[in-house]
Amino acid sequence: MHIQEMILTLQKHWSDQGCILMQAYDVEKGAGTMSPMTLLRSLGPEPWNVAYVEPSRRPADGRYGENPNRLYQHHQFQVIMKPSPDNIQELYLASLEKLGIDPLKHDIRFVEDNWENPTLGAAGLGWEVWLDGMEITQFTYFQQIGGLEAKPVAVEITYGMERLASYIQDKDNVFDLTWTEGVTVHDIYFQPEYEHSKYTFEESDTALLFNLFSQYEAEARQLMEKGLVFPAYDYVLKCSHTFNLLDAKGVISVTERTGYIGRVRNLARAIAKLYVEEREKLGFPMLKEEDETDDN
Amino acid sequence: MTTNVLFEVGLEEMPARFLADTEKQLHDKTIDWLNQNRLTFERINTFITPRRFAVSISGLADKQTDIEEEVRGPAKKIAQDEAGNWTKAAIGFAKGQGVAVDAIYFKAIKDVDYVHVNKFIDGKGAGELLPAFKEVILSLSFPKNMRWSNRSLRFIRPIKWLVALNGAQIIDFDIEDVKTDRISYGHRFLGSQFSLVNAGEYEQALKQQFVIANSHERKANIQNQIEALAKAQNWQVPIEADLLEEVTQLVEYPTVFFGTFSRDYLTVPEEALITSMKEHQRYFPVRDQANQLLPYFVAVRNGNDQHLANVARGNEKVLNARLADAVFFYTEDQKQSIDSNNEKLSRMVFQEKLGTISDKVNRVSIIANQLASQLGLTDDQRALVTRAADISKFDLVTQMVNEFTNLQGIMGEKYALIAGEDERVAKAINEQYMPRQANGMLPQSTLGAILSVADKLDTIVGCIGVGLMPTGSQDPYALRRQAMAVIQIFIDQKWALTVEQALSLTLTHYQATTVEIAQADAVAEQVRTFIKARMVFLAKEQGIAQDIMTAVMTAQIGVPALVLKKAKLLEEKRADFEFKQTQEALGRVLNLASKGAESAVAPSLFENDAEQGLFVKLEEIKSDFQALMNEQAYVEAIQLLEQLTPLIDQFFEQTMVMAEDQKLRANRLALLKQVAWFVYQFADFNKIEWKQQF
Repeated sequence: MHIQEMILTLQKHWSDQGCILMQAYDVEKGAGTMSPMTLLRSLGPEPWNVAYVEPSRRPADGRYGENPNRLYQHHQFQVIMKPSPDNIQELYLASLEKLGIDPLKHDIRFVEDNWENPTLGAAGLGWEVWLDGMEITQFTYFQQIGGLEAKPVAVEITYGMERLASYIQDKDNVFDLTWTEGVTVHDIYFQPEYEHSKYTFEESDTALLFNLFSQYEAEARQLMEKGLVFPAYDYVLKCSHTFNLLDAKGVISVTERTGYIGRVRNLARAIAKLYVEEREKLGFPMLKEEDETDDN
Repeated sequence: MTTNVLFEVGLEEMPARFLADTEKQLHDKTIDWLNQNRLTFERINTFITPRRFAVSISGLADKQTDIEEEVRGPAKKIAQDEAGNWTKAAIGFAKGQGVAVDAIYFKAIKDVDYVHVNKFIDGKGAGELLPAFKEVILSLSFPKNMRWSNRSLRFIRPIKWLVALNGAQIIDFDIEDVKTDRISYGHRFLGSQFSLVNAGEYEQALKQQFVIANSHERKANIQNQIEALAKAQNWQVPIEADLLEEVTQLVEYPTVFFGTFSRDYLTVPEEALITSMKEHQRYFPVRDQANQLLPYFVAVRNGNDQHLANVARGNEKVLNARLADAVFFYTEDQKQSIDSNNEKLSRMVFQEKLGTISDKVNRVSIIANQLASQLGLTDDQRALVTRAADISKFDLVTQMVNEFTNLQGIMGEKYALIAGEDERVAKAINEQYMPRQANGMLPQSTLGAILSVADKLDTIVGCIGVGLMPTGSQDPYALRRQAMAVIQIFIDQKWALTVEQALSLTLTHYQATTVEIAQADAVAEQVRTFIKARMVFLAKEQGIAQDIMTAVMTAQIGVPALVLKKAKLLEEKRADFEFKQTQEALGRVLNLASKGAESAVAPSLFENDAEQGLFVKLEEIKSDFQALMNEQAYVEAIQLLEQLTPLIDQFFEQTMVMAEDQKLRANRLALLKQVAWFVYQFADFNKIEWKQQF
C-alpha cells in the first residue's frame, strides 16, 4: 500500500468515526500536537474530533538524506477526539486492520509511554503502540495542556506514517517508500532533505535567527495583549521552530537552552489560558450544538 | 454454607511496572476487607494481566460471623430504685442494646455491682455486603493515575468492564457507569467476549480464551519456554529477574521466539547491543557456552505460535535498524579526540550553582589527587589519578552515551583504550560510577575507588553546600546512595583514612573555587550528620542498632571499617551478662568523670589502697591498651577494660569521690577522667541501651 493510499484509508476511517478532516497547518512545527487544531482545540469543554496529516519538521534529525531512518521532515497522521470515546482502542485497532495489518499475524502491544512536552506545558498518559517490536503510534490521553487541566480529556493518536509504511511496504530505507504508483519518497523529498540539512547545520544565519526569535516572541506578546489568540499562537510556533534551528546548529548552550524553552513555554501557557477565556466569551459555541443534540 | 466469589476489573493496558504491586494491594486489601466485615473464607487467589486484575474468594461464608458480647451498663444503684424497679437509665440502656430489661443481670466490678447484658448481633448475609467491595477496587493506589473522557475518577487506566459474581449471581454495583456483569473478555486478538456462569470457573475459562491470568504461572511459563529454546539451540540465555517480570506483565498469552541480527554489529561493545535489546526492545540477549554474545535475541510475543516467523522478522527489522544506529554512533564517536570532547563539557551544566561538568572535573581532579596523597600513593600513581580524573567525563558528550545514558563510564573506558590511554586510567573512568546500583559491584582498582569517592564527595559536599540537602523522598542528585557508596568503598578498600579527613579536604578545595558556600563550618557539620545517618543505615543492615552507632561515633565518624568493627563487638556485649558489671562500673565512671576537669593525678593525695590500686593498674595497661587499639584488636582491648572492673568497684566502695575537700575531690575526679579516657577511646558507653538484665 502506497503512503497516499494509507492516508486516504486513515482519512476515510476516522471520517467515518465523526472526525472533521482538516488539512495540515501552514506554519512550521515539530509535531502534529503543536498544530492549534490539537493544542488549542483540546482545551476547554467543547467537543472536538479531527484528523489530519501533519508534516513535522525536526531540524536536529536532518541527515542530508543519507540516513535510512531519520528525516528532517516526516509525516504524522494525527487524530484528536474529545471527549475520548470509550472504545477508542478498538477504533484504532480497526484502522490498522484497514491498513492491511492482521493482528493475528503480528504482535500488537500497548506499552506504557507517558508523554510530556515541557515547552507546551503539556502532559499525558498512554502508550506507544508496538507492531512486532516497532513503535508505530503514540497514543495519549491528554491530562494537561498549556499548564491547564484537560477536562474533558482528549485522546490523541499519532501515527508515524513513514515508519508504518516501511513496515507495510517492507522497505528498510525510508527513501525507497512509494508515495503513489511510480513515485518514491526519494523523488519527492531527497532534495529538500539534503538542502534543509545543509541549511540547518551549515548555512543558517545564526545572528538572524536569534534576532527572529526575539521578534517573533515580541509579536506573540503584543498580539496576546490584544486578545488575538490564533495569530499570537502562530508566532509562538515560529519561535519554537526558530529555536529548533538554533538548537540543531548547536549554538545554544545548555544553560541558555533552559532559558529559551522557558520563554516558549511561558508564551504557550499564556495563550492556552487566553484561548479558553476567549472561547468562554463566545459562549463555547461548539458546546451549544452538542447540548441541543443531547436534548433530542 | 459457603460460596465462591469473583471480582474482575477489565482495563485498557496498565503499565507493566505497576502490576506486581497492584496485585499485592488487591490481595492484602481484600483480606482486610473480609476481616473487617467478619466474613470468613478458605482461600483467596489474585490474578493480574495487562488488561485485568481479579480476585477470587473461595469458601466464603454466606453470612458474617455472629457477635455475642457482654456489655456493661450503669451501676446497680442507678439502674434500680429503692423498690427494685428498673430506672429510666436501665430501660434506656437495654433498649439501646436491643434487648429486653429482663435480660439484665448484675456483675460486680471492684465490689460495685453493674448492669450487664449479653448482646447478640446476627451477622448480615454476604450477599448484602459484597456490593461494597467496590471500595476495595477504588482504594487501590497507583504511582500514576489518569482521567479519561468526561469522567472524574482518577485511576491507573480507563475501566472497560466489571465482573462481580457471588456463585452464579451477579453482585450489583457500578464504577463510572460501567456496570457489573458476568461478561468478560479474552485475549485481545485470539479471544473474544464470553460469559461466566460461575465465579469458580474464572481461571479455566480465561485459559480457553488465551489468557493466563495467574502472573506466577505466566512467568514460569516464559522461563520454561526460554530454557527449552536455549537447550535446543545449545545457547545460554541469562534470564534477568527484572526483565522477566516486565515481559510477564506485558503479555496475556506468552509465546517465546528468537530472531537474529547481522553479525557485523558484534563489533560494537556488547554493553551497547545488550542495552538496545533489553531496554529498548525487551529482548533477552543470547550467549554461547563460552559466554560470547551471539547475533541472536529471544523475545516474547503476546499471542500464540501462528505466524511466528512473521513476528520474528518484524522484530529483526526493528533491532537491525537500532543496531545500525549504534554502529554509526560508535564509528562517529571514535573520530572525536578526548580533548575535543572534554572542551564541550564546559557547555554542559552540572548544576546551576555548581557550574558546568568541566568545573566539576577540575574539582574532582584536585580532590582525587589529595585523597591519593593522603592514602600514600606514589607520584607515578598520583599522575595516573590526575589523568583519570581529568578525562573522567569526556564520554558524556559522545553520541553513544547520549543515546544509551547507562553506558556512561563503560564507553569512556572503551574509547580511552582505543585512544591509547593507560589501562588503569581507562578502568578508573568506568569504575567511577560504581556501585551502579544499590549493593552493586564496587570499584576494584585503587584508582577507580579514589575517582569514584572523589566524584561522589564533590557532589555530596557541593549539593549540600548550596542548600540541596535531600528531604523526604526528594533526593534528585541521589546523595543518599552516593554517601552510602563512599562508605562502602572506604570499607572495601580498607582505607585508614577518616571520613572527616576526606570531607575536610573536599570542603577546603571548594572554598578555593568560585562556588559560593556560605558558612562552611555549618555545611561541614551538615555533611557529617548526613553521612553519619548513612553509617547508621548501613550498620542496621548488619544487625547493629542505632544507639551503638551513636556511641561509637560520638567523637567522630572516623574510619568506617573500624567503627563498624567496634560496633559489632559492642552489639555482642550488649546482651552478654558477663559484661554487665564492667558496663555498670564504666558507666558510673563516665557519669562522674563528666563533672571533673582534665588534670594530673597526684598519688600523694590518695587516702586508700583502692585509689592507689586503680591508678597503678591504669599506668600498667595504658601502653598495651593503646597498642591494641592501634592494631584494631578490639576484643583484647575490651578485655583490658574488664580487668579494671573490680578495681573500679573497690574504688567506689572505699572512696567518697565528691569529698568536701576541694583538692581531694579534684584528684579523685582526675583519676576517673583517666579511666574515662580509656573508655572513650572505644565508645560512649552511656549512649548504649544495655539489655543484660535477663
